[in-house]
Amino acid sequence: MSEIDRLIEEHIPRLRRYARALVGDRVCADDLVQDTLERAWNKFHLWRRGSDLRAWLFSIMHNVHVNGVRKNSAAPPLLPLEDDALQMPVRATQEDGLQLRDVHAALACLPQEQREVLLLVGLEEMRYEEVAKVLEVPVGTVMSRLSRGRERLRQIMAGAAVPALRVVK
Amino acid sequence: MSEPMLNESELHAYADGQLVERRRAEVEAWLVANPADSERMEAYRRQNEALHALFDPVLDEPIPQRLRRPERQPWSMMPVLRHAAVLAWIAVGGTLGWFLHGAQEARPGTSNMALVRQATIAHVVYTPEVRHPVEVGADQEAHLAAWLSKRLGATVKVPHLGETGYELVGGRLLPGATGPAAQFMYQNGRGQRLTLYVRTNAGGSPETAFRYARENNVGVFYWIDGPFGYALSGDLDKPELLRVAQLAYRQLNP
Repeated sequence: MSEIDRLIEEHIPRLRRYARALVGDRVCADDLVQDTLERAWNKFHLWRRGSDLRAWLFSIMHNVHVNGVRKNSAAPPLLPLEDDALQMPVRATQEDGLQLRDVHAALACLPQEQREVLLLVGLEEMRYEEVAKVLEVPVGTVMSRLSRGRERLRQIMAGAAVPALRVVK
Repeated sequence: MSEPMLNESELHAYADGQLVERRRAEVEAWLVANPADSERMEAYRRQNEALHALFDPVLDEPIPQRLRRPERQPWSMMPVLRHAAVLAWIAVGGTLGWFLHGAQEARPGTSNMALVRQATIAHVVYTPEVRHPVEVGADQEAHLAAWLSKRLGATVKVPHLGETGYELVGGRLLPGATGPAAQFMYQNGRGQRLTLYVRTNAGGSPETAFRYARENNVGVFYWIDGPFGYALSGDLDKPELLRVAQLAYRQLNP
């Protein structure tokens, strides 16, 4: 295995985690990771050595995903939770009523652009500037998506009726 | 009356641990004075925790084969390199064999191919297993060794591969071509798994050299040692697998 492959491979577990959270279904998520990796292997000469490889890979995944969503905009975006995920142990910190299954379901209700930001910040723990670079939007846009996404998630979790209004940017 | 010196972004930065240190005191004071915001940020922080609880287990899953770069492409483009690599591997195998047990003529006999095949099949069957990768877990290692020793008819040792990053998950009893066989499973922090297949050396072959084979995208180092034939399988690259195999060998022959 070449050094390049090894460098990329180190990021596969994180790419898979993010993809799983983004699209919900295990198989679709790995499809997304596979498409991302194929593009990364083929375009590796475009990566500037020394620059942040994780950001580069996530930005490829973002583009692959957005293109895929555009292509399949008629298809249902998310599949229900899998059996395995349902039986995941719930940590003790969740006793406050924030049920993991509900979070998973609520996440699926968010517009994709808010979900992406929420996951890159909350799960991938990227700095806001990195998220802006990955998604190729200004930091201000990242912050407003983050703010709206989190608040919406909070309201869904709190049992408030999900506003039927389309979120207008 | 407190001035609105804070913006929403700084509150998020506080919840995410991204706030610049010099603003901390002000944000904390704001949150004390504004319990609604404080509650909101606490909820956001808990969202982050929930995301980790939900999705961090993915990090420990073994990487599916289809997400690994196929090796054929670069090899086939560079036949010279491939031949060099083969020669290098023959040299490594030969050197190791000599180093370990003195140079011996090592022909991969049919029984050894069977060893490789059984080991790789057992590897691909059990390594993706999420719920029941092993029958007896590492927490009952003494029982595992005693049980498998009894079934295989000779003392089975469980090598510890921790220094290569692979920790014992446990083991299981398997039906081998010539009787009972055993499989030990190991896993590293990234969820990659290796298996060590052990079966009795029924043919009594004296062959003891380290050999390498690759079957169904699984790399295998195998060797015969005393009463047992061993095969260490994993879909990691050869040098890395070799390092683990060497350690396993040392552990089995202290």
